Amino acid sequence: MNNFTYTPTNSAKEATRLRRETPAATYVAGATTLLDMMKVNLVEYPQLIDINALPLTGIEQTANGLRIGALERMSDVGEHRLVVAQYPAVSESLLLAASAQLRNMASIGGNLLQRTRCGYFRDAAFPCNKRVPGSGCPAQHGDNHGLAILGTSEACIAQTYPGDLSVALLAFDAVLTLENAKGKQRRVPITSFYVLPGQTPHQENILEPGELIVAVTIPAAEHARRSTYLKVRERTSYAYALASAAVGLDVQAGTIRSARVALGGVGTIPWRSPEAEKILTGAPATDETFRAAAAAALRGAQPREHNGYKVQLAQNTLVRALQNVATT
Amino acid sequence: MTDSPAFEPSKGGVVGQPVNRVDGHAKVTGQAQYAAEYLLPNLTYAALKTSSIAKGRLKSIDTAAALREPGVLAVFTHENLPKMAQTPNTLAGKYAIYGMHMAFMPLTGNEIFYSAQPVAVVVADTFERATQAAALVQVTYEEARPVASYQSANAEVFDPNGQGYVFDLKKVVRGNPQASLAASAVQVKATYVHPINHHNPMEPGATIAHWEAPDRVTVYDSTQAVAMAQSSLATILGLPQEQVRVVTKFIGGGFGCKFNLWPHTVLATLAAKAVGRPVKLVLTRQQMFTSLGHREDQEQTITLGARQDGKLTTLIHEKTSTTSPWDIFAEPNGAILNWLYACPNYQSSHRVARANVMTSTYMRAPGESPGSVAMECGLDELAAKLGLDPLEIRLRNYANLDPGTGQPWSSKGLKECYARGAELFGWSKRSLEPGVTRDGRLLVGWGMATASYPVRPAQGRARVRLYADGHALVQTSATDLGTGTYTVITQVAADALGLPMANVRFELGDSNLPTAPASGSSVAAATVSSSVYLAIQDVWQRLTALAVRDSQSPLFKALPADVVREQDQLVLKKNPSKREKFSALLQRQGLADIEGVGNSKSGEGYEADQIAFDNKPGTKQTKRSMYSFGVHFCEVKVDPDLGTVHVTRWVSVMDGGRILNSKTARSQIIGGSIMGIGAALMEGTNRDEQYARYTNADLAGYHVPINADIPDMQVEFIDGHDPYVNAMGVKGIGEVAMVGTVAAVANAVYHATGKRVRSFPIVPSKVLGSDAV
Ligand SMILES: Cc1cc2nc3c(=O)[nH]c(=O)nc-3n(C[C@H](O)[C@H](O)[C@H](O)COP(=O)(O)OP(=O)(O)OC[C@H]3O[C@@H](n4cnc5c(N)ncnc54)[C@H](O)[C@@H]3O)c2cc1C
Ligand code: SF4
Repeated sequence: MNNFTYTPTNSAKEATRLRRETPAATYVAGATTLLDMMKVNLVEYPQLIDINALPLTGIEQTANGLRIGALERMSDVGEHRLVVAQYPAVSESLLLAASAQLRNMASIGGNLLQRTRCGYFRDAAFPCNKRVPGSGCPAQHGDNHGLAILGTSEACIAQTYPGDLSVALLAFDAVLTLENAKGKQRRVPITSFYVLPGQTPHQENILEPGELIVAVTIPAAEHARRSTYLKVRERTSYAYALASAAVGLDVQAGTIRSARVALGGVGTIPWRSPEAEKILTGAPATDETFRAAAAAALRGAQPREHNGYKVQLAQNTLVRALQNVATT
Repeated sequence: MTDSPAFEPSKGGVVGQPVNRVDGHAKVTGQAQYAAEYLLPNLTYAALKTSSIAKGRLKSIDTAAALREPGVLAVFTHENLPKMAQTPNTLAGKYAIYGMHMAFMPLTGNEIFYSAQPVAVVVADTFERATQAAALVQVTYEEARPVASYQSANAEVFDPNGQGYVFDLKKVVRGNPQASLAASAVQVKATYVHPINHHNPMEPGATIAHWEAPDRVTVYDSTQAVAMAQSSLATILGLPQEQVRVVTKFIGGGFGCKFNLWPHTVLATLAAKAVGRPVKLVLTRQQMFTSLGHREDQEQTITLGARQDGKLTTLIHEKTSTTSPWDIFAEPNGAILNWLYACPNYQSSHRVARANVMTSTYMRAPGESPGSVAMECGLDELAAKLGLDPLEIRLRNYANLDPGTGQPWSSKGLKECYARGAELFGWSKRSLEPGVTRDGRLLVGWGMATASYPVRPAQGRARVRLYADGHALVQTSATDLGTGTYTVITQVAADALGLPMANVRFELGDSNLPTAPASGSSVAAATVSSSVYLAIQDVWQRLTALAVRDSQSPLFKALPADVVREQDQLVLKKNPSKREKFSALLQRQGLADIEGVGNSKSGEGYEADQIAFDNKPGTKQTKRSMYSFGVHFCEVKVDPDLGTVHVTRWVSVMDGGRILNSKTARSQIIGGSIMGIGAALMEGTNRDEQYARYTNADLAGYHVPINADIPDMQVEFIDGHDPYVNAMGVKGIGEVAMVGTVAAVANAVYHATGKRVRSFPIVPSKVLGSDAV
């Protein structure tokens, strides 16, 4: 870990100005993942700009849906009455993540920007295209047991976002509010926030240098009210997903009127499946439909040597999640 | 007062009671000082720079940038590390040092043998500066192709027959296993594969070295063995043992990885000498994967031959595992097969391959724990093949004598454990057929396995000072790994002195105190409690000698042999109205205190002494085989679609001889079982084949069980003490706790699913996959 200066701020304006002055600096919120990475020399910043005092808080109903400030803590959001009632999948994705201690510290904005858990990325002694562009990707023929099967490239097969929340946000068409150094805000749907690794796996999202995540807004919808997040992992808690599914169904008289399907743990980025949604929409809410949808969702999967099991696991996870919402 | 070698529980005594930890308050309030927590004046901080390659040579190592950092006092590399009087790098050196497990000391040359090998030590005035400077040390390498493990294409697997270090790894044959196998009605052959496991104690390896004079050093170290660390350091430093002091008051877990002295402690001590200030070195969590050994990756094949009725005729065990470039070390898995069941023909052998890893080491029940996977899963497979209940097949093969030696057991409550465990668990309701019991979508499975672990020979000393004011100080160099040594020894001393526990202070963890054995091999509770008990007997004898010569004592002129102790008094056996409190006696004698010492042996040595002592000419006493025993029962629920396995019920019933504290003992069994659940279902250190480097070396990547993985656990002990093992009758429970646990889980998974997963850990991919049958 390198030495750094630490600068607390209390306004977005001040924070973005500091970033403009020191482009190599970065923001810090809960610090739950940033410090971990700094300690093992994966990233190096001369300055940390503490944004915890910024007024990026609040969970409130707006015309566009529920707006959640980027500095709200995972535990607060996960347990919030409105989130639980309107977006069970979002609540569950938060409460099934990390540990209680981490959730109490970790912010929503930080969560969206957490980085891959690929073991090669996490150890600076290994080459890794994501960490050092052009250095190679040992995971292609190495320990890829936990890595992605959808959206992969020859340059990278890791989950750029390994967590849970974004999967649920993706399913329910959340929109991010970003603010740049000039104080200008823009709204970006989460569907276009993360970018596929392609040949440039170090480019992970469309956030511009110095841009702040201000808030996340999730539109209200019936399929969001009837939703769930199912996470399969190698221990009961405190582990990343091997496969996960955020699903929402609006079922009327046994027929699915609208459906949302997103997968975690299997895509290089959180993976929405329009193919599955298409099969579900208008179809009877039966196991057969669910299995057809799951097969469609995984159709393009490209497993490597040790992660072939994920094709079946992700389908089963998705089917189970759909069964769970269909019967609630 | 006679020389009374065996402990008798006293009426209303605390031995065995579920007493709370005497150090509990100190721990939860932060008063307990761990090795890294001595805030010495002028303390400096060390950080390690480790290699990024697994094999090759250092081409260059540039310390200039690190040295330019403010506060940096020194950077040590192989070019300027202070000379050692002895290193473990030669066989002779290693044996001379004795307590270093690995025959390699980093920073003694420019060769790289394993990934994350230390190549530089930076010392600075703050932790942060040392850490930053370590990152600034520039190293270039000449890389060579490493060998990752015994499984690698470029590995050379060989039979170390007899060459093993610590465990000789000789081929052992009893009876005629090949012929008996060929003639057996039923045969089962199965191979189980295990990844590397790391101990991952909560407290990392940590050292503060403080040279109090140019030739005198105190080392605060997180070690299970202060006396061994002391003598080893003395040899390395070329100092008389008396000039090296090792202090370990509290340990945050060890599980075997802190049994030996490892390089980081030596590096900190050398660095402290060179900079002339105390140096603190605490390993990072990542470094914990490459600094204190591990349980080696291995595969083991068991071949069982049996009669139609399930009686074993043959057990053959073959193990292949990875060892380091210098040592030939492997856990002796086959050993437990030689005593666990009545089987006339037996064979065990080993194969190893050298790879670019550090030397693997002892981890909770080294040998017995993984060996019991082969034995207990293998037996389960045999039972399934024969349509027998797993408990029934164990009873049919119950060994009334030690099959390996033909000797009787010193004690064996295993049948009682089976019966009680089965009753608590409701085992009789188990379906014989696997894969048929359901709870909604989940498959339910029940598994069981036998546990056993030897009473290993050990010896240790203790000193007790009894004050006239009714307080006592008890001292040995023993360590408390967090398991409860402080507490159980205080209980024993309180009962043996007839004092309340609050009046007894037990001091441990300091090489200046009488030498106790290392806390390892499950000998600590047995040996330390016995030596303290004997030291207290010594005190009572000295008091008796004083009393019978004291004309004012009610016991004046009594024969010492006629004097007994009751609580804190000496009493004339024939006339109990003649009695006197020790405090009155001491005060009258003008003595502020009196001291006794005790030397205890446990296991073989104790027995040999007893036999020699009791033996009348012409009679021949039998030697006995000494083991702890037990059984674990496990229920799992498996989601057949998602591949997840949850342990939902657990019952352990153990025979560990005398139980000193039923609460701390229960915690030991729970801890061992949780470690077993971890090894069965989630723990494994993964490595990259090409780079021979770990890919999940932290606690986010290496999964140990968390609370949600563990059900409420039911633990009971079979009452009793073993008169043949030591003065206290304690057999030990620290390691037997883990033996059998992995197999109990694996057998339950089989029973749930009908599928044998023979590769550990049993993660969802394997439950779903077709690699199992
Ligand atoms: C052991 C472990 C297990 C975990 N398991 C899970 C899991 O199962 N599921 C899961 O979803 N997550 C998991 N996490 C990740 C956890 O959710 C994240 O660490 C956390 O959400 C990050 O939030 P933070 O506020 O602490 O971010 P920080 O560590 O403070 O920052 C992370 C990054 O985000 C940037 N940043 C933070 N806020 C903003 C903002 N408003 N605008 C712009 N940039 C910003 C920072 O500059 C930094 O680069 C785990 C983490 C750990 C350490
Ligand atoms: S998969 Fe991606 S993150 Fe992992 S090593 Fe390859 S490039 Fe790096």
